[in-house]
Amino acid sequence: MTTVVKAPGEAAAEKRSAASGQPRGKSKSGSDGMVLNVFSHGFLAVWGILIILPLIWLVLGSFKTDVQIGESALSWPANWHFDAFPRAWDKGIGSYFANTLIVMVFSVPLTMLLGSMAAYVLARYPFRGNRPIYYFFVSGAMFPVFLALVPLFFMVKRLDMLNTFQGLILVYVAYSMPFTVFFMHSFFRTLPTAVHEAAVIDGASHTRIFFQVMMPMAKPGLISVGIFNVLGQWNQYILPSVLMQPQTGSDPERYMLTQGLIQLQYQMGYETDLPVLFAGVTIAMIPMLVVYLSFQRQIQAGLTSATLK
Amino acid sequence: MSHVANSKGRGGFIAGFLILPLALYLTFVIWPYIQTFGYSFTNWTGQSPTFDFVGLDNYSALLKDEVFRGALLHNLLLLVFVPTVTILISLFFAFMLNAGGRSGAGGVKGVAGSALYKVIYFFPQVLSLAILAVLFGAVYRSDEGGLLNGFLTKLGLVDPAHPIEWLNQPNFVLWCLLLVVVWHGVGFYLVLFSAAMQSVPKDIYEAALLDGAGRAQTFFKVTLPLLWDSVQTSAVYLGIAAMDMFVLVSTMTSGQFGGGPDHHSEVMATVLMRNFLYFGKAGYACAMGVVMLVLTLILSAITLRATRREHVEF
Repeated sequence: MTTVVKAPGEAAAEKRSAASGQPRGKSKSGSDGMVLNVFSHGFLAVWGILIILPLIWLVLGSFKTDVQIGESALSWPANWHFDAFPRAWDKGIGSYFANTLIVMVFSVPLTMLLGSMAAYVLARYPFRGNRPIYYFFVSGAMFPVFLALVPLFFMVKRLDMLNTFQGLILVYVAYSMPFTVFFMHSFFRTLPTAVHEAAVIDGASHTRIFFQVMMPMAKPGLISVGIFNVLGQWNQYILPSVLMQPQTGSDPERYMLTQGLIQLQYQMGYETDLPVLFAGVTIAMIPMLVVYLSFQRQIQAGLTSATLK
Repeated sequence: MSHVANSKGRGGFIAGFLILPLALYLTFVIWPYIQTFGYSFTNWTGQSPTFDFVGLDNYSALLKDEVFRGALLHNLLLLVFVPTVTILISLFFAFMLNAGGRSGAGGVKGVAGSALYKVIYFFPQVLSLAILAVLFGAVYRSDEGGLLNGFLTKLGLVDPAHPIEWLNQPNFVLWCLLLVVVWHGVGFYLVLFSAAMQSVPKDIYEAALLDGAGRAQTFFKVTLPLLWDSVQTSAVYLGIAAMDMFVLVSTMTSGQFGGGPDHHSEVMATVLMRNFLYFGKAGYACAMGVVMLVLTLILSAITLRATRREHVEF
């Protein structure tokens, strides 16, 4: 269970060989297999519908009118209204989306850089205190975030960074450290030492070896852990809901998308404009769907291998 | 590695690469964790800069706090049901996907299209809990516009004049939330178990088949023991999720930071946040954080111990 992470091509090739490699011989216990096959497809299909149906239903809702949504859940959009999407965007989804992007443009690369730096040194340089520091980093993943919330709030406040992007960026990076260090540590350990030694003989400095030799070699690992961090930080709700509250009446709302959706839910509860809420959720879902469909093999492999280690 | 280890500038390099990550991690993660323990012995409100040391007062108040005790009970209920239900369903589907197909000469096979099923099932995992909260808030709506009530009305099971108020029924609310967690989690654990099943060498299955084992027997005697490590890990992860539940409860149920109706869906995390941000009892909230930590650690220890089996090598 060490490296389940595969390059997409590799995984696809494996799948192909699995599909064709086994002889599709004549069914030995024919009727038994047949019944079971129908049986399993039945169950599997039902669960598939249970997953997809609510999602499609929600997306369809954004094309209905509020009255139509309230009357019956099972109606098809009578007239396809597209105006809920621009309205949702103007209600704040656009700026929440932008806020989330701004934070992540900085937090994800910074997480990757700092996490890899620490993991690299800990994985490849034996020195006194190496193990304790490694366990120190990794142990952070064991504790519930609620344990830290109250002092964290006041720490960020003392640094005058409540409701600021830079505050949230630093907090995201810090809380992504345990997993990133853990994952990259095991990745750097698997890289061959010969290349490193060759670079040393050529007179390259440690820093240069890291950036020009090791980081490019660690690319598959970086991609996996990068996707994980993108998903984790994009979906984060508790940290921003504590740290990103306007502090005075004149403070701008710097909500993240997840907070913004919940905000929109309360707002639309009063204004009774559900299509706007559904359109907002649809807008929030689309990037995740795109990322997921493009990287689904790596996402599945990355998340499972991370859990099993 | 030896001459790398001794080459020039090594110490400075190590320090330089570690200092920033360590500083950030210490400031925002470790130091707050440690401070929580200290604050939990004070009557700090969070507003005033001063506070008194009150010893174990917060902890004894916690013991008497009806709301917190109810929340603790709900967390424990979820702790039993979230892992059990999720793991059973995911194991069932994982086995279906990998061994539910027609048996051919090559032995037990997965169903056709198992890759497609996995893609669909896993999707909820990449959605944020905020999206789930809005989605299921709409599914559980207390009128005919809710997906669930709409269906049940159509089937004639629910009187359209009196639809079920799923999230306002004291006896239903927690189970409604449990369903959301299971809906969200099954895909992930299915993929996890599936990966573990695929790493079991095919000849073990073939040997079992040759010995005349049926599918059920194969599952209980071969598959499950080989998967035990992953099942155990999953139980811990799901248990930790069941201790949290903050996002769903605080956004889907009524009340300040959720927990309604009448504290019937309260969990420790929502009580903690209400005490901290709404009642201004920072010290008291810290004590709750410590209790949550202790319970999480106990839970992990128990799960790992109770599910310990001989490790099967293959």
